[in-house]
Amino acid sequence: MAASEIAQRKQLLAVENLTKVFGTLKANDGVDFDIDEGEIHALLGENGAGKSTLVKMLFGTLQPDGGQILWRSKPQIITKPSFARQLGIGMVFQHFSLFDSLSVAENIALSLDASTPLSKVSEEAERVADKYGLSINAEAMVGDLSVGERQRVEIIRCLLQKPNLIILDEPTSVLTPQESDRLFETLETLRSEGKSILYISHKLDEVKRLCDRATVLRHGKVVGHCIPADETPSSLAAMMVGESIHTIRKVADETDKNREIVLSVQNLSQKPTGPFSTALKDISFDVPAGEVFGIAGVAGNGQFELFEAMSGERMQKDAAMITFRNDPIGHKSINERRKAGAAFSPEERFGHAAIATLSLADNILLSRHASDANVYLSGGILKIAKPSALRKTLSRIVETMDVRKSGENPDAGTLSGGNLQKVILGREFDRQPSLLIVDQPTWGVDAGAAARIRQSLIDLSKSGSAVVVISQDLDELLEMCGRIAVMSEGQMSEPQQASTVTRETLGLLMGGANAGQAA
Amino acid sequence: MTPEIAIAIFLTIATAATPLLIAALGELVVERSGVLNLGVEGMMVMGAVTGFGAAQITGSAYLGLLAAIICGALFSLLFGVLTLSLATNQVATGLSLTLLGLGASGMIGENFIGLPGIKLKAIEIPLLSDIPVIGRLLFAQDLIFYISILLTIAIWYFVFKTRAGLTLRSVGDNHTSAHALGINVLKVRYLAVMFGGACAGLAGAHLSLVYTPQWTENMTAGRGWIALALVVFASWRPLRIVAGAYLFGAVTIAQFHAQAQGVAIPSQLLSSLPYIATIIVLVLISTNKRMTMKNTPASLGKPFVPDR
Amino acid sequence: MIRIQLEKRAQHSAIFSLTSPLIALAITATLGAIMFLLLGKSPTAALYSYFIEPLTDMWSIHELMIKAAPLILIATGLSICFLSNNWNIGAEGQFILGGIFGSALPILYPEFTGPMVLPLMLIMGIIGGAAYATIPAFLKAKFSTNEILSSLMLVYVAQLFLDWLVRGPWRNPEGFNFPESRTFHADAILPEIWFASGRAHWGFAFAIIIAVLMWFVLNKTLKGFEVRVLGLSPRAGRFAGFSENKMIYTAFIVAGGLAGLAGISEVSGAIGQLRPVISPGYGFTAIIVAFLGRLNPLGIIAAGLILALSYLGGEAAQISIGVSNKVSAVFQGLLLFSVLACDTLIHYKIKIVKTMRGKAAL
Repeated sequence: MAASEIAQRKQLLAVENLTKVFGTLKANDGVDFDIDEGEIHALLGENGAGKSTLVKMLFGTLQPDGGQILWRSKPQIITKPSFARQLGIGMVFQHFSLFDSLSVAENIALSLDASTPLSKVSEEAERVADKYGLSINAEAMVGDLSVGERQRVEIIRCLLQKPNLIILDEPTSVLTPQESDRLFETLETLRSEGKSILYISHKLDEVKRLCDRATVLRHGKVVGHCIPADETPSSLAAMMVGESIHTIRKVADETDKNREIVLSVQNLSQKPTGPFSTALKDISFDVPAGEVFGIAGVAGNGQFELFEAMSGERMQKDAAMITFRNDPIGHKSINERRKAGAAFSPEERFGHAAIATLSLADNILLSRHASDANVYLSGGILKIAKPSALRKTLSRIVETMDVRKSGENPDAGTLSGGNLQKVILGREFDRQPSLLIVDQPTWGVDAGAAARIRQSLIDLSKSGSAVVVISQDLDELLEMCGRIAVMSEGQMSEPQQASTVTRETLGLLMGGANAGQAA
Repeated sequence: MTPEIAIAIFLTIATAATPLLIAALGELVVERSGVLNLGVEGMMVMGAVTGFGAAQITGSAYLGLLAAIICGALFSLLFGVLTLSLATNQVATGLSLTLLGLGASGMIGENFIGLPGIKLKAIEIPLLSDIPVIGRLLFAQDLIFYISILLTIAIWYFVFKTRAGLTLRSVGDNHTSAHALGINVLKVRYLAVMFGGACAGLAGAHLSLVYTPQWTENMTAGRGWIALALVVFASWRPLRIVAGAYLFGAVTIAQFHAQAQGVAIPSQLLSSLPYIATIIVLVLISTNKRMTMKNTPASLGKPFVPDR
Repeated sequence: MIRIQLEKRAQHSAIFSLTSPLIALAITATLGAIMFLLLGKSPTAALYSYFIEPLTDMWSIHELMIKAAPLILIATGLSICFLSNNWNIGAEGQFILGGIFGSALPILYPEFTGPMVLPLMLIMGIIGGAAYATIPAFLKAKFSTNEILSSLMLVYVAQLFLDWLVRGPWRNPEGFNFPESRTFHADAILPEIWFASGRAHWGFAFAIIIAVLMWFVLNKTLKGFEVRVLGLSPRAGRFAGFSENKMIYTAFIVAGGLAGLAGISEVSGAIGQLRPVISPGYGFTAIIVAFLGRLNPLGIIAAGLILALSYLGGEAAQISIGVSNKVSAVFQGLLLFSVLACDTLIHYKIKIVKTMRGKAAL
């Protein structure tokens, strides 16, 4: 793009020296950037770089502590979202801000101004949906929609306000590759109509493919502006992370056929466990010692239910559905499975894997009180906890996993996402389990910690354990796993060799193309 | 049974049902906003004592009603400040509102005990009250009865047909999303809580100005709690609350009649029927887990602290 | 406009964990002083007769222990319930059933005497309270029925049941038709601890011993850990291999058993017969005790004594300055409000902000 062309474009939004402080943390520190009309502008940065804070200030849910926001060259104080919308700023949230118990039309009505009568909303929504190729049923209950459909509702809701600037926060993190392509087409149509888009992401290939310019954030500061088309993914990554991430050493791809099968799931079926839960349908796979086995899929396709079934949080009627080292364990509880040498790490850190208001030592007791009762408990049937033993384990985990924390034994809630995840996984690594099942190991974790966690998982498998990784991040699975199977609507595909499978194949499987069929 | 007796029975059932209906409708609005206020019993009993006292002082039952409504709303504000602005536990705070209400009403009402009450007069609507049967049933009642019917329809319309009602439901479904959309969650909840308080106050005044026009300590006798159960029973739908309230009204009246007829069942067992019925109804409703989960406002009872 | 703004603390405040009940007491005393002013009484004199005077002679210290015993026993049981997120608010009913079950022996078999009577009565009382508490526990575990409402409804049922008993089948045959049971024989009376100085019976000793044991269980053992984990997050509890349903039963049965013990101790130690009303609302006041004690059984001992004082103070103030003893109930309600408000300080910084229209918070 020639310099003269850029000069001709009209600037829509500019941010000057924007600063936001939380306590001692400068979430945004003198941030500058601008967006022109008809531009897709990327805001690139790792988790915790300050992207969300910046966006919240643009949308009026947070107030800056310093600096200013210029809209069409006029300084504006955006006090609340309704004012942002009035200016022409629309927002599609990362964690969708939809209401499950309301219909699509009602969800949309909530973000329209009061002049649109409620009865007209469905009609309007369907008109916009058709125009941009986003099909929806306005009367459907949002709680019943898939993730991709929910995002469509979000986008329609945003477009109905006729915004000039649309902010998208990590829009593809929940989509299949095919769904992402559809989204990009919609965004390109919008650009051709002269709308501007602020595209927040940490996915480099997307940014390079879609965006006209990029602003890179790190630790709350702008570390550079660039034209993504002129950069390579690795140069973008270097700007984003600030240091080169060491590439992880993967085990050899070829799986030794003679190795012991550690985990065997045979014809596992399960009815839905609640109103929003997915049924599991006839799932079978084996994981031998030494393998990292990946389970891919879009959120909500039964991965959580499968995790609960494998962990024993939900037991099976038929013991033979799950076999652990030739021992049928389907009817055994989570602690009996742990005692046999299995370990588990769920997706949700707070309220499942750990409890925010308990200390780290207590959180170790949470998953290990039964498997390591001789270490952490004394007093016979009284089962008195031994704080000193727990602290010793904690300091061992802190050292091996390089956990950053304040104080000796703080509450779990005070740790950052990445550091807490290191403790949660370290708690299980510390046991040297022969089987580790982990759900979303690096969700919301910064790149440095994520690399370390992946390396630890591979090291565990190298030492002869079986590792099962459930993840929505295809890159992560392709990097670590020997084989990858895909979950779709409670069914599991035939496992694919990670070294040979293409992203397209995985994407099709995620969309349910030939799930359940023997490949 | 002659029509005359049937009409008389219906009228007594309506009198027993009206306070439950009004209190439950108020609580429905509160819970639809995502707030669980267990203080209904306390707010009702405060309304009862205030209504009685204000009527005594002014000589007007209508001013008594007005005072009870204001008192209920102000009293609920106490709950609002704690649970909304200070994010305290809603269950514990609601309980303490009930305990405080029972205590304070006992103190305020000490001098009212034994005084003859002022009864709210029935208002016969001209022409309509002359319609056979229905006229006596529906158009010759006291003001609170009319309010209870209008309130049911108004709340149904408000909750499901208006934009403000949609906002209320959205706050109850997901306060984080509502906040992100720029809805003032705490303001909506304050208004809902105060509306619930006003309704409970009015319901209490019905007890001391219509049902038994006098003041006795703890005269609500668990009706606030039954109103809470009715909201669950109705799965947060206003029209079903009418059915529930009249069902309970019928149970109450049936046990009175049985006692009056000298049925050979201990009076205490009969008196406990409404409470036992409440438990049975709650069990029946909760066996349908899917429906309960689908209808329960998803953020019910969870405190919301805006991130500035 | 003035607005209260909360700012989450990174780590919960250790200082406020300890001092918040004290701050709450101070706030309540201040509110009480204002209330007395409005009633036209001297606040200092009123507060003195409320909170100091009952402590000035031995007799009333015994009365204090009599009133504190049921409060501490019930609140100790409730602490397990509330910590594990089981909202048992029917302790009043469990107290009554404990009293009824325990009294069955001396009322129905007055001729059965000897040293075995009292232990059997106490055990029956515990069973009565626990069995009654099992009803809401079963309904919650089996049908997910809201335990707040079911346990509370059962209070009314228990009160009516007791009323029926003492007016009907259990009425004292030699009692001139008064609604009372026969008075217990000597072997069925819980004895005084120090007979020489006052009436305080062994119920107070039970309360202290049980509270200390419970403190140990809750704070040192895996069971206590299980209680807290399931209360904070049922899902994390399931991950830890703890059973939510078992905890529902455990919490309700322990709380009901202790309320039942409190009930029979009160009937046997302080009243000596069954009457239509055997509790001035101990089961509800114990909820305040539990929260004022921050759900810690040692804190509950202190809180139980303070709330017992409010009962005594109410009686004392009625005599000395002529205010209604209903003031006690108001005090208790205000105290619970203050405790809950002050607990916010543990997890949040509270800021009062002035906002002006047009110049919204910058």
